[in-house]
Amino acid sequence: MQMFLYILKRILQTIPLLIIVSLISFFIIRLSPVDPLAELKLNPSVSKETLEKETQRLGLDKPIVIQYCKWAKSFIKGNLGVTSNGEQVSTKLKERIPNTLLLTVIVIFMTWITGIPLGILSAVYRGTPFDRIMTVLTGIGMAIPSFFFAVLLLIFAVKTGWFPIGGLTSSNFQEMTLLAKIADISKHLVLPVTVLFTISLAGLQRQMRANLLDVLDSDYVKFARAKGLSEFKVIFKHALRNAVNPLITLLGFEFAGLLSGAALTEYVFQYPGLGRLILEGVLRSDINLVMASLMMGAIMLIAGNLLADILLIITDPRIRGEQA
Amino acid sequence: MIKEVFKQLIKDKFAAAALIILAIIYTALFFADFIAPYSKDFSDRTMAYVPPSKIFTIDENGKFSRPYTYNYTRSFDKNELRIVYKLDRSQKHYVRFFSQGEPYKFLGFIPLKRHLFTTDRDGRLFLLGADINGRDVFSRILFGGRISMTIGFLALFVLFPIGLLYGGIAGYMGGKTDIIMMRFAEAVMSIPSFYLLIILASVLPSGMTSVQRFMLIVIILALIGWAGFARVVRGMVLSVKNLEFVQAAKSIGASKLRIIVKYILPQTTSFVIVAMTLSVPSYILSESGLSFLGLGIQQPDASWGNMLKEAQEYTNIIYRPWLLTPGFLIFVAVLAFNLIGDTIRDVLDPKSKIR
Repeated sequence: MQMFLYILKRILQTIPLLIIVSLISFFIIRLSPVDPLAELKLNPSVSKETLEKETQRLGLDKPIVIQYCKWAKSFIKGNLGVTSNGEQVSTKLKERIPNTLLLTVIVIFMTWITGIPLGILSAVYRGTPFDRIMTVLTGIGMAIPSFFFAVLLLIFAVKTGWFPIGGLTSSNFQEMTLLAKIADISKHLVLPVTVLFTISLAGLQRQMRANLLDVLDSDYVKFARAKGLSEFKVIFKHALRNAVNPLITLLGFEFAGLLSGAALTEYVFQYPGLGRLILEGVLRSDINLVMASLMMGAIMLIAGNLLADILLIITDPRIRGEQA
Repeated sequence: MIKEVFKQLIKDKFAAAALIILAIIYTALFFADFIAPYSKDFSDRTMAYVPPSKIFTIDENGKFSRPYTYNYTRSFDKNELRIVYKLDRSQKHYVRFFSQGEPYKFLGFIPLKRHLFTTDRDGRLFLLGADINGRDVFSRILFGGRISMTIGFLALFVLFPIGLLYGGIAGYMGGKTDIIMMRFAEAVMSIPSFYLLIILASVLPSGMTSVQRFMLIVIILALIGWAGFARVVRGMVLSVKNLEFVQAAKSIGASKLRIIVKYILPQTTSFVIVAMTLSVPSYILSESGLSFLGLGIQQPDASWGNMLKEAQEYTNIIYRPWLLTPGFLIFVAVLAFNLIGDTIRDVLDPKSKIR
């Protein structure tokens, strides 16, 4: 029950956070000298009524505070306005967000199932050639710029022809059977996933190694060893649980980093995700689109952090005690 | 303390190598005007996308000769439907060392004409090929490096005072001030940093001089990072603010700001040094990412990121791999910074000394 209350409290805390985020984003965007409707006005396929409606909805003739209130009201109602092409922003987002989530969730899953074991091995066999090789490899992984790595993989794909270039689906996607569809999507995912996986794996492996080394140095582990427990039991039964906990907090940050890293990777691979959407919006100074995707990015990030916090409450009894 | 850091840096083989590499890079950038055979704006349109110049030291009779090079000529191959480059063997261009070339101002005010190496007036010596405008990639790498390798440091010098003061005030004041200030910082951190970065960059008005743009990008980079840093500082301030020396300062009547700046913040010095060295690379990466998208440093100025912009086209990366050189340089520089940062952390932060 206490746990439930804490989780509820934590969820309620995100509301003021979201309001501040929206205020910050709104003012940054509105302070720019760009006319929010400039692109719409230039587009001949957008009718006069749509323009009127947008001016009304955004309250462009009124002071900026009222503009914000108007914007917030329609945002809560789910009305995000139209893009400069005259499409609904919400349909655009519905199309793109699942793609970005798919990419990041796969990457996080893969980094966790490989990063943690590799981190444990590095810590247990500290100073051995294996550990040294891992240090070098993770050093390389952390230093390579994501977009540059993506470009290199692109060359590889073009030269070998093993992987499709760009997009998420082939042109004949609609006619495929379900199995072929899944195969097609996974083929398109290989390259972007590789880029993001390499970069986040390096960070996670290092973190895991450092955490486990910290824990292995603590008194209770020394005691467990002194008691005559086997090394296997010491590590997996006693040390590991405490070493993994900080990583769960990191999960939220990792998600944030991935969203950012994904933007560049999506751009290079022409992957239809949120990052590329916001970039297209920015380049076309499409204010509605940018504002909405910025908010969606923030919401995803906050949700990720929230999820990590809740997980931590479940795994770490100490935090439960503190909060109650 | 600094002595110990330095000793450790030299002792560690990787860190020492990293130190040497960075020293070479920064020296080269400092003397860029002298080392580069051309200025960053020199362009010869007839030389668009020529491959790296071949340097010969054995002449056609099989004898040793002073190093020389041939120019490339462009022609259209009708069978393969693409432009091919052939060496124009009719005219030799000798490589000349310490000879006169394009005039430049060393350090911005000493007019000089000598270059480390150059060739005669009609010859083109493009060590790393040319870009779409027929500009020397090698020279532009040197000039672009000046921007790419300093922008991170500059951003840090803007960001750290802000973060320190913000975190210091929030932590020391406590109560409502603390809550409001930290909520704001958390909100900034809740926006995916790269999204915020591209939006801030796109808001920049066009028609600025390149210096203005450079400064504004520094500020934008700083705006992204201060919040996370302020939060850590606040945590450290909380842990020292009730210690005796702070109370002593309070009892002799020091003002709040004085206590924060003079007594509390110095306690965070070693953390600040570690955080700074560890975050330089991420700012180098951010700048290059931003310029890669065309939102950072703009043409005709060079930066390693915007030089890579040309590598976005398939044809470029397949037929003109020399355009990728800046990417390798970013990689090497970031790797070197990381290695040094790790070593400094091990020395200054004894908790993580286990390696």
